[in-house]
Amino acid sequence: MSQPLSVLAIALVCFTTLTLGALGLRLAKGTSDFYVAGRAITPWRNASAISGEYLSAASYLGVAGLVYDRGIDMLWMPIGYTVGYLVLLILIAAPLRRSGAYTLPDFAESRLESRTLRRGCALLVVGIGWLYLLPQMQGAGLALRHVSGLPTWVGATVLTVIVVLNVAAGGMRSVTLVQSVQYWIKLTAIAVPAFVLLLVWQRSGGPTPQAAASWWEPLTSDGPTSRALFTTYSTLAALCLGTMGLPHIAVRFYTNPDGVAARRTTVSVLALLSIFYVFPPVYGYLGRAYLDHGDVGGDASRTVVLALPGAMLSGLDGQLLTALIAGGAFAAFLATASGVAMSVAGAIDQDVLRPLTARLSRGEVAPATSFRLAALVGVLAPFVAACTAEPIGISSAVGHAFAIAAATFAPLLILGVWWTRLTAKGAAAGVAVGGLTTTAAAIVSVMDLAPAGWPGALVAAPTAWATPLAFAVTIIVSLLTPASRPRRWARTMTRLHTPEDVLVDGT
Amino acid sequence: MTAGLHLPTVVVVTGAFLALWLVVTLVRWRRARPGFISVTDQATYETLHTASEAARHLADGFTDDGCERAAPYLKAMLATPGLAICDASSVIVWEGEGRHHLPVVMDQAAQVLASGQTVVLGPDVVTCTSTDCPIRAAVIAPVVVDDRVIGAIAGYGPAVSAGLARAAEEVASWVATQVELADLGYERTRAMEAELRALRAQISPHFIYNSLAAIASFVRTDPARARELLLEFADFTRYALRRGGAFTTVSEELRNVERYLVLEQARFGDRLAITLKIAPEVLSVRVPYLAIQPLVENAVRHGLAPKEGPGHVTLSATDHGNEAEISVDDDGVGARPEAIRKILDGQSRADSVGLGNVDARLRQVYGEEFGLVVDTAPGAGMRVSFRVPKYSPALEEPA
Repeated sequence: MSQPLSVLAIALVCFTTLTLGALGLRLAKGTSDFYVAGRAITPWRNASAISGEYLSAASYLGVAGLVYDRGIDMLWMPIGYTVGYLVLLILIAAPLRRSGAYTLPDFAESRLESRTLRRGCALLVVGIGWLYLLPQMQGAGLALRHVSGLPTWVGATVLTVIVVLNVAAGGMRSVTLVQSVQYWIKLTAIAVPAFVLLLVWQRSGGPTPQAAASWWEPLTSDGPTSRALFTTYSTLAALCLGTMGLPHIAVRFYTNPDGVAARRTTVSVLALLSIFYVFPPVYGYLGRAYLDHGDVGGDASRTVVLALPGAMLSGLDGQLLTALIAGGAFAAFLATASGVAMSVAGAIDQDVLRPLTARLSRGEVAPATSFRLAALVGVLAPFVAACTAEPIGISSAVGHAFAIAAATFAPLLILGVWWTRLTAKGAAAGVAVGGLTTTAAAIVSVMDLAPAGWPGALVAAPTAWATPLAFAVTIIVSLLTPASRPRRWARTMTRLHTPEDVLVDGT
Repeated sequence: MTAGLHLPTVVVVTGAFLALWLVVTLVRWRRARPGFISVTDQATYETLHTASEAARHLADGFTDDGCERAAPYLKAMLATPGLAICDASSVIVWEGEGRHHLPVVMDQAAQVLASGQTVVLGPDVVTCTSTDCPIRAAVIAPVVVDDRVIGAIAGYGPAVSAGLARAAEEVASWVATQVELADLGYERTRAMEAELRALRAQISPHFIYNSLAAIASFVRTDPARARELLLEFADFTRYALRRGGAFTTVSEELRNVERYLVLEQARFGDRLAITLKIAPEVLSVRVPYLAIQPLVENAVRHGLAPKEGPGHVTLSATDHGNEAEISVDDDGVGARPEAIRKILDGQSRADSVGLGNVDARLRQVYGEEFGLVVDTAPGAGMRVSFRVPKYSPALEEPA
């Protein structure tokens, strides 16, 4: 079934994104008005940008699909996606900004003064980024197939090309304004159809969702594992602790002028995400009332949001709403993918390519060339995987990205900010153990190698054991290796925790 | 191709690899251990190892903290039951047995500290009431740095052999060498800091003179404007002459550029048009202080002032992910590339203090690849740009 309106909406979103990228939107001021220096980005705008970048395919399509598929248990997912920012707010938002670090590897280097640890963290950024990019590409392919009937690789290719162009130009993604507008586009694209559909649902007498008892009863569903309570807690922990380790989110905190602004931004993000996450479950619920499994063709976790308007409204109305949702979905893919790709390309460029090219060509390669090459490498790898690999659930891949972040960057950041006796060797050991165990769990889980029951549950949601393990290893190894404690630890800790208004003005 | 992997096979193969890896690591570890080498080699190795451990703690010089941590290794090198280290006035640390001898160490060392000669003290001087205490004799050797006795190392034991006396002297002179090395390192850091301070941003004298002249011209015709300009001038000089960190944010730096431009516009009037294109993301990036204003001043003074008719300066700051780029463009008279190259190489001390100074500071802080990039030709205007990493370990050094 082809829906020209939706294809048009997607084309429009792609075109707008490309144009904004090409123009390189900047604040341009003429002679009369110099005073741009005072126009720092407000916490509210930065919060919109963070939300715009954060709300990916997993939130836009995935949450509704999970609620549709597995029922009431999955209402925890949007809460988890939001609560991560509360943890971030309380534990690390302001100190992270005060550290002066731009990326997570920067933080590791600044706090622990170790180049080796920095490189390890850069590697993790690339790994987490790829895991995050993969489902965005597959989601784009599926969304385009749903509205146009084109094969999935077309959507993935379109997304990849736009992201590479944008990132290589170094333009659009970094513009806070564009990302903050993305949030409002996504909110509109999901909220307006939701209200219309709710109205239709009420008019037609409010049919009850058709579902088995396990859909209604908490903790009785047998998916994704048979240990529902454990899986729920473990997944929640991954979302709570993983948010702070997402590379594309951490860099946004640098834009805040100081630690106080970083906290304000995080509070605003909490509000904005809370508003957004009201809507996806509505689609899941209504989906149960109007769609049967045949309509969504087994791809429940991806297309229930797109299929719903067509099933509830016939003719132009349905098509218009589908077009709105499809446009919003593509905006979600593009915003998140551009942000993640930028971070991945930055890590590859700074910690792999540049040292390499500097050695091979003695500084002949221009930095822009090296960054473009990094962008290409950073996006092509997940693209090839997206086109060849069997589609894995959007939420499952993103969930594993969160789990890896929760077992590596979370211990590093939390202990780095709050524990003075952390040593470089301890942090490296913790990050290595956390990274290896969660990556192994992700591989085993995605390839479906683990038997059902406890082993299956433990690898599907590894945070409950892997993160405490990483914390323990970090602490024990730190206590055993007091000699590798960073030389300037006292100064660094003072900088991380001194509020700005206490600092003496330099003038 | 059959789907899926056979789980037991995977476990067995992984296990086999793990076991192999363990065996290899274990063998290597055993090889690396002493035991296959001769006794002399092992003694040499152990002494060198102890010395290098001690040297690490003495890296900051003859400090109390460093001496305390180095003491166990020095004791191991001398192989005496007790060891004391003292500076010119007091005992820093007592390591090993017989701590109750500590109060008399200074009396025993006084002669050494005064004369700079090693002394050996027998049981007649080193008396002890306790029968368990092994300390009956001592050798005290001075630590002499630059012909000055800065402290002494005292080895205490049941008896002092000639060998022990020699060893104590050697250890003391080894410590002295370490302290001299540390002093050298400290001197080098001081020299580098002094260099950075010498490179400190300079405020151009021409600008002060021209601004005051321009303000003077308004005093009668437009007193209100003159007052405003004077206040701007006051703020500008306060910023430029401030003492404090070597870094500031792009936002602060731009505010100062704005003050500068207001003052220059008073002089040039409509001849000077300015465009600022600033990506707001760049505002919080830290840059060396007074890194941008000299570039704008260069554009105005060398590009536009000699030019007939109006000129246009564009200041832009763009975000490039891990880095930010700042550039100043003007459509002025331009310059010969060779002349600019001479300025940047520091060969020419011409008027253009600004460019050379900014270039040198950027390179010093961020490394050689982050200097100024100048694009120019006679009559074709000039574009001066530089990149700064958003994060650099250099930003954390106090300056």
